[in-house]
Amino acid sequence: MSKEYNSPGGHDCSSGYKHSVSLDVSKCKGCTTCLKRCPTEAIRIKDGHAVINSSRCIDCGECIRVCQYKAKKATHDDLSVINNYKYTVALPAPSLYGQFDNLDNIGYIIQGLLDLGFDDVFEVACAAELVSAYTRLYIKRSNVKKPVISSACPVITRIISMNYPYLCENIMPILAPVDIAAYLAREKVHKEHPEIDDKDIGIIFISPCPAKVSYVKNNFAGERNYISATVSVRDIYFALLDVMKKREGEEPPDLTETGIIGLGWASTGGEATAIFNQRYLAADGIENCIRVLDQIDNSDITNLDFVELGACAGGCVGGAMTIANPYIAQARLQSLKHYLPVSKNRPASEWIPDIFFNENTVTYNPYNLLSSDRQKAMQMMSKIEEIGEKLPKTDCGSCGAPTCMAFAEDIVKGEATADNCTVIMRQLFNEFLNNEHVVSVLKDYSVGADNKSDQITEVCDDAAE
Amino acid sequence: MPDVLKFHFDVDGSDFSSAGEASVLVKKKLRQLGYPADIIRKVSIAMYEGEINMVIHANGGTADVEVGEKDITIILKDEGPGIPDISLAMQEGYSTARENIRVLGFGAGMGLPNMKKYTDSMDIDTVIGKGTTITMKVNL
Repeated sequence: MSKEYNSPGGHDCSSGYKHSVSLDVSKCKGCTTCLKRCPTEAIRIKDGHAVINSSRCIDCGECIRVCQYKAKKATHDDLSVINNYKYTVALPAPSLYGQFDNLDNIGYIIQGLLDLGFDDVFEVACAAELVSAYTRLYIKRSNVKKPVISSACPVITRIISMNYPYLCENIMPILAPVDIAAYLAREKVHKEHPEIDDKDIGIIFISPCPAKVSYVKNNFAGERNYISATVSVRDIYFALLDVMKKREGEEPPDLTETGIIGLGWASTGGEATAIFNQRYLAADGIENCIRVLDQIDNSDITNLDFVELGACAGGCVGGAMTIANPYIAQARLQSLKHYLPVSKNRPASEWIPDIFFNENTVTYNPYNLLSSDRQKAMQMMSKIEEIGEKLPKTDCGSCGAPTCMAFAEDIVKGEATADNCTVIMRQLFNEFLNNEHVVSVLKDYSVGADNKSDQITEVCDDAAE
Repeated sequence: MPDVLKFHFDVDGSDFSSAGEASVLVKKKLRQLGYPADIIRKVSIAMYEGEINMVIHANGGTADVEVGEKDITIILKDEGPGIPDISLAMQEGYSTARENIRVLGFGAGMGLPNMKKYTDSMDIDTVIGKGTTITMKVNL
């Protein structure tokens, strides 16, 4: 990095929230691409590079996807993390299976993970099938607020906690498949190898998405966080290619424990269709999800039992830590389903074990309060509107804020000054140049092409006198 | 210090997909001002229903929101056909929306009843052939 910053990864670190989307300042050109695409307006361009506002960032990974200079990165654990434990279990997300071209049996991937040095593999898809079964039970409860909103996508639960106080209760309180997989995997090690200490067991999640990394880092599953580290689907993919090549031509090992439902969770609609109830809605892409949430919030979508929302286009296969195009990955998953039964994992009971409920319920946590003093907040809002009216409404982003209104807000909050607006500055400059005195001085100097800037400086100096 | 904070919105009558945008913006502003969730919800639903009504029946109009010390006022103004029978329009399930609007999922006859339900007062000023102005208040 060319410059020292007091915060890692371009975050302002104001909220104490541990993020997994970070910025390589030396690669950032300060262009406006990520600025314009951030769904929560969390990015500003300051001193020529992007700065992410921690309290607004939802780790959706949009900025990672759109950055053409590869300055935005997802931070996750390195593959070498498996050396930190005596016994490791890989938890592959089902989206991993969609990354490989010409794969006809998931067994090759499971074998590959073992060949990479993992002692065991526990497929997240298996736990997903359990969650599907529990969801069916949960929806039937009489005291449940409808529509039940899936808790699987951490970006969605975070944006609900920030923006939709009334929908917090709708979020399904059951742990996400990866948490249940981690719990079951850990239990399995305890049972099979009682001699191994809990701290020596490494439960390693292979994740398609940075938001899941944050979810683990911030301990959103509370006491029930059984995951030790999170590595990316991308890193594992490249490591797997090498080991899988060595076994080319071998018979596929019969190692997968998942059915069609488990695989389905990797893409949009997979979770929702597994509730076996037509009263569902499934949407993907953060902007679409926000629109759906706005309408549910206005009670405008009735007769729904279940809502599946995924921040990434295509669902988890569209995660920012994957390799393949999400739709191609989905097509590959489709073809993998042909030899699988509907589901291989059924819960032992007709009730949901307490241990699978998330102790941390989602609560409203407004992120964009102008001031805790209402009078002051009103004053600031009035000023924002006033300044907003005077701004050009071109939303060009040159000032470093995504829209003119966001810029007005920044000015009032004292985080920006009006002279950052290039449109206003040009107007002022033109007015200055048309000033009678300036015009006459300009004539005297007869500004030429060669030493224009020097002369303009002189003109300005003269005018100032 | 302004006594009343005012917001003005034009509600585009030609586009169903943008109906509700003003309500979303107001919701965001009220959150920034730190109003409690139930107040925001009341204003948001009343305004959303009003916006949809203006799009369905009156080819759009304007929405003004005034945030005062004691209450939040929502004034929805249109130059539509007017409401011939207010008490009938206030009945749940009564709707004059055309079939092509109903297939879009609108016109369930819950607009005005919901607006009344979620606000503390509602006043309808309507003139046949001229337009309708609805003034709603949510107490703080």
